[in-house]
Amino acid sequence: MSDFSEELIRPTTEDEQGEPCVRSGSGMCFPWLQKHIESIASGGKQEKDFAQTTSACLNFIQEALLKHQWQRAAEYMHSYLQVLEDTDSNKRQGAPEIVWRLGSEILYYHPKSSVETFNTFADRMKNIGITNYLKISLQHALYLLHHGLLEDANRILTQAETWRYGEKSSSQEVLVNLIQAYKGLLQYYSWYKKKMELSKLDKDDYAYNTASQNMLNHSWKTSINLCTLIQIPGVWDPFVKSYIEMLEFYGDQDGAREVLNNYAYDEKFPSNPNAHVYLYNFLKREKAPREKLISVLKILYQIVPSHKLMLEFHRLLRKSDKEEHHKLGLEVLFGILDFAGCTKNITAWKYLAKYLKQTLMGSHLAWVQEEWNSRKSWWPSFHFSYFWAKSNWKDDKTLACEKALVAGLLLGKGCKYFRYISKQDHQALKKKMKQMKKSVKKYSIVNSGL
Amino acid sequence: MDLEEAREFRERCSQCAAVSWGLTDEGKYYCTSCHNVTERSREVIDTGAIPNTKIQAINRGLKRKRKLEKGWDWYVCEGFQHILYQQAEALQSLGVGPELKNEVLHNFWKRYLQKSKQAYCKNPVYTSRRKTTVLEDNLSHSDWESEPELLSDMSCLSFAESGAESQPDVRTPKPFPIIKASHSETTSVCSGSLDGVEYSLRKEKGVMKMSVPRTLAFCYLSLLWQRETITLSDLLRFVEEEHIPYIHAFQHFPEEMKLYGRDKGIFAIESWPNYEVIFKKIIEVATFLDLPRFPDITENCYLHPNILCMKYLMEVNLPDEMHNVTCLVVKSTGIGEVDFLRFDPIAKKAKTVKYDVQAVAVIVVALKLLFLLDDNLEWSLSNIAKKYNEKNKEDKPWFDFRKWYQVMKKAIDEKKQKWEEARAKFLWKGEKPLYYSAIDRPVVYKRREMVVSLQKQFSTLVDSAPNVEKKKPSSFQFNWTEEDSERPCFHGHSLQGVLQQKGQSLTTKNSLYWLSTQKFCKSHCKHVTTYEESNFSLSYQFILNLFSFLLRIKTSFLHEEVSLIEKRLFKAKYNKTNKKSSRSRKTRKY
Repeated sequence: MSDFSEELIRPTTEDEQGEPCVRSGSGMCFPWLQKHIESIASGGKQEKDFAQTTSACLNFIQEALLKHQWQRAAEYMHSYLQVLEDTDSNKRQGAPEIVWRLGSEILYYHPKSSVETFNTFADRMKNIGITNYLKISLQHALYLLHHGLLEDANRILTQAETWRYGEKSSSQEVLVNLIQAYKGLLQYYSWYKKKMELSKLDKDDYAYNTASQNMLNHSWKTSINLCTLIQIPGVWDPFVKSYIEMLEFYGDQDGAREVLNNYAYDEKFPSNPNAHVYLYNFLKREKAPREKLISVLKILYQIVPSHKLMLEFHRLLRKSDKEEHHKLGLEVLFGILDFAGCTKNITAWKYLAKYLKQTLMGSHLAWVQEEWNSRKSWWPSFHFSYFWAKSNWKDDKTLACEKALVAGLLLGKGCKYFRYISKQDHQALKKKMKQMKKSVKKYSIVNSGL
Repeated sequence: MDLEEAREFRERCSQCAAVSWGLTDEGKYYCTSCHNVTERSREVIDTGAIPNTKIQAINRGLKRKRKLEKGWDWYVCEGFQHILYQQAEALQSLGVGPELKNEVLHNFWKRYLQKSKQAYCKNPVYTSRRKTTVLEDNLSHSDWESEPELLSDMSCLSFAESGAESQPDVRTPKPFPIIKASHSETTSVCSGSLDGVEYSLRKEKGVMKMSVPRTLAFCYLSLLWQRETITLSDLLRFVEEEHIPYIHAFQHFPEEMKLYGRDKGIFAIESWPNYEVIFKKIIEVATFLDLPRFPDITENCYLHPNILCMKYLMEVNLPDEMHNVTCLVVKSTGIGEVDFLRFDPIAKKAKTVKYDVQAVAVIVVALKLLFLLDDNLEWSLSNIAKKYNEKNKEDKPWFDFRKWYQVMKKAIDEKKQKWEEARAKFLWKGEKPLYYSAIDRPVVYKRREMVVSLQKQFSTLVDSAPNVEKKKPSSFQFNWTEEDSERPCFHGHSLQGVLQQKGQSLTTKNSLYWLSTQKFCKSHCKHVTTYEESNFSLSYQFILNLFSFLLRIKTSFLHEEVSLIEKRLFKAKYNKTNKKSSRSRKTRKY
C-alpha cells in the first residue's frame, strides 16, 4: 500500500472506529479508497470467492426462510454446509451453530421432514465441535417436547446432563444447570399429573399410599434439579413457579419463602415483576400482614405501575391506617389510568371517582392537585374528550358516569365530558346523575364560580 | 545417485519403454523420463542373468511408496502439468484443434520448465547444489545441451505423457532427478509432493513460480497463438461454469498422487479467476517465456474487432445494421490494424489488447454516437420509432431503443439472478479433503464425512425433480429468435430512424457526443479514470452493466476501455475539448 493511502486511513481508523467510508471535507466519496481500506481491515487479504458465495448462500437461505420456502431453503442448505469445511478457522468454528440454527428451522417446518430426520440432524450436529453439544441437546429436547415426545426429550436431557468434555467453561455450566432444570420441569409435569390423580383417589384407598409415596420420590429428584438453576441470577419464572408449588405441597413454607425472597430481592437478579407477583401471591396464601403485602406491591408498583395487581394494591392502601398510604392509594389509581390499555377499566374509574370524592371530602386537596398538575395538560384530551364522552356513553353507561364524575371533579362542570354526560337523559341513571352533579358542584377542585 | 553407473542398465522402462536410468540413493534404478523406480538394485542387475520377461514382471507397478501417506513421488511442476493437461483436454472437447494441446501448450510448458530451470537445462534447480559436476559429465550423450528448438514441430513427446498413457520415446529428456524425500516426513512441515515444501519457500529473483491461475494464462496464450475462437472472458466463464477444470483440478490427479501439507497452499484455490488478474498474468507469463511474436490477427480472425463486434451485437440483441457503425469506429480508431492487434511479448513495450473488452467498448461508443445516451435523446428517438412502427406495420421496423431496453433489462436481470443463485450453490470442496499435517488428517476426513452425510440428508428434502442439467458450453449466453414474442429479436430492425441521408453518405441524426472522461492520468497510476456511477446517465449505466455482466468484468474496467476508444476516436477534438467542456460537437459522416 502506498504512503498516501495510509495517511488517509490513519485518522479515520482512530477517530471514527468501524466507519470504513472515507469522506473528504466536500462530501466526496472515493470508492476505490474505501475498497482499499476494507482490504486492509480484513488483514490485507482479499475476500475469497468462497467466502463471498457462502455468505450469498446464507442470504438466500434467510430469504427463503422468511418467505417460508422450505424446499428452496433446503436446496441452498445443501451448498451452505460447506462452511463447515471453511479454511478460515475462525469462520469454521462459528459455522456449526449457524448450520444448526438454519437446519433445525428448515427441518422444523419442511413438509418432508419428520422427527427421525430431525433426530439424525441433531445427533450429527451435536458432534461437530464440542462447544455446541449442550445447546443443541437442549433445543433438540425442546423440539421433542413440542411434538409431545416427553420421554424422548427426557432421554436427551439425561444424556446431555452427564456429558462432560474436559474442563467445563463457565458458560457451559449454566447450560448444564438449564438442562437439569428442564429435566426438573419434566419431572414436575409428571408429578403434577400424579397429584391430579391423587386428588381423585380416596384417602383411605390402598392405592393412595403408594401414589403419594411415588410423588414424594419424584419431588425430591425434581427439587434437586430445579434448585441449582434458580440460584443463578436470571429469569426462571416457570422453574420457580413449579418449584414453589412442590415445596408448598410438602409444607416447606420456609424454603419456599426463602427462594421467593431471593428471587425477588437479590440484586444480582435482573429486575423481574413476576418475582414480586409470585412473592405477593405466596404471602397472600400465607395470610401475611397487610404491611408486608404493601411493601411487596410497592416494588411491583415501581416496576409496572399498570399491573393488574395495582387495584388490589389500592384496596390494601385504602384500608391501611397510615395517611401516607392513603396518599399513595390515590397516586396508584392515577398511575393505572395513565396507561392506554387501562382507559376502559371500569373498576379503576369507579375507584378513582369514589376515592377522589373521599379525598376531597377529607380536605386533602393538595394531594389531588399534586397528581393533577402533571396530568392536566394531557388527560383532558386523553380521557375526557368529546369523542370519548360519546363513545363511552354508547358502549358503557356506567363507565361514562364514573368518568364524568372524575372529569367534573377535576375539570369543573364546564368540561366537555361532564357536560355531554350530564345532558343525557336516562331513566335508570337519573338518581346517580343527580348525585354526580351535586358532588361536582360541591367538591370540584375548579372553582366553578369563576 | 550416479547416472554414470546407471548406464550399464539397458533394459527398457516398463512404464515408458525409455532407456534412461538413474540410481536412487538406495541404489535402485529409476527411469529419468517417467520416474518409475524399479525394485532392481544395482547388484542384482549386474548378474545380468535374468531374462527380460522376468524383469518386466518384477517391475510391474513398483512405484516407490512413502511412509506418511503412500503414493507416488511427484513434483509440484508435474501437478501443474497435470492441470494443464486436463485443461487442454477440456479445451479440445470444446472444439479446439488438437494442435493446441500437442504442440503449442506443450511447447509453452516446456519453455517454462526450461526458463525456470526445472528441466531441459544444464543445472536443474533440483540438483544445482549437489549434482552439478556429475551432470556436466553426462551432457555429452544428451541432445539437450543445445537450446531445444521450441515452438517447432516437437512431436517426440506427447503432452499426453502426464496423463495415464505413456509413449515410448528414446529421446525423452531427463527432467529432475529425484532428491531425497524422507526429510519432509520427519518434520511437521510436509507435503505430498516431493518438493512442495521447498517450492513454497523458494523465492528466486526473476523466476516466475507456477500457480493455478497461471495455468489459465498458459491456456489463453495457446488459444491466442492458435487464434482460436475463444476470448479470455469466454475462457474464464467456462472455468466458472466448470467446463474447464480449475477449482477442482487437483481432485482429478491420479489416485496415487497424494496432496497434503504445503501442496494445499499451492493447488487449492478458493476464488474464480478474475479477468484483470489473469490478464496481467498472461503478460507476465508471455514475457517470462520470452515468447516470439504471435501470429497476426487479420480481418478473418475471430478476435478481430469487426467479427467480435458482430458477435456481441447478436448477443445483446442489437440490430445487425449497427455493424456498419462499429466497423466505422474500428476503422477510424485504427484498432483493426494488424499492427495494433498483434501480440508481441518481446517488443520493448509489450502491447496487449483485451480483444473482447475492446469490441464491447466499440459497441458502447457506437451506441453513444447513435443515441447519445443522455437519458433524453434515446427516449425521444424511441418515441419516433414507436410511432413509425405503429403506422407502418408491414415495413421493416425501426429500432426502438425503449423496447429493446425493456427486453434486455428483463433478460439480464433474470440471467443475473440465475448466475448469483448458481454461484451461491457452488460446491467448492471436492471429495478429497486436503490437510496440513498428519495430526490434521483424521479431523479433516471426519469433517468431510460429516458434511457429506449432512448434504445427503438435505438433498432428500429438495424437490425430487432434478434441475441439474449442466449447461452446455457456448460462447453465446443469450438466444434471440424471431418467434419468441416474450423476448423479441431486434436483429432485423433498421436504424433508419437514427440515420439520415446527407448527399451520398449517411449521417447520424444525433450530432452530439459526450466524452466519458476528460482527463487521463499522466502519472504512474494506471487509472485512466475512476468510474463513479452516479455521474453518468442511467442508460449509460445500464449499457455498461449489461456488457460488463456479459464479460464478467467490473464496470469501471469497461468504462476505462470506452474512454480509451474515445481518446483514439476524437484525438484531435480531444485535446481541445479537454480544456473546455464535457460536450463535444461532432458530426460523423459515413
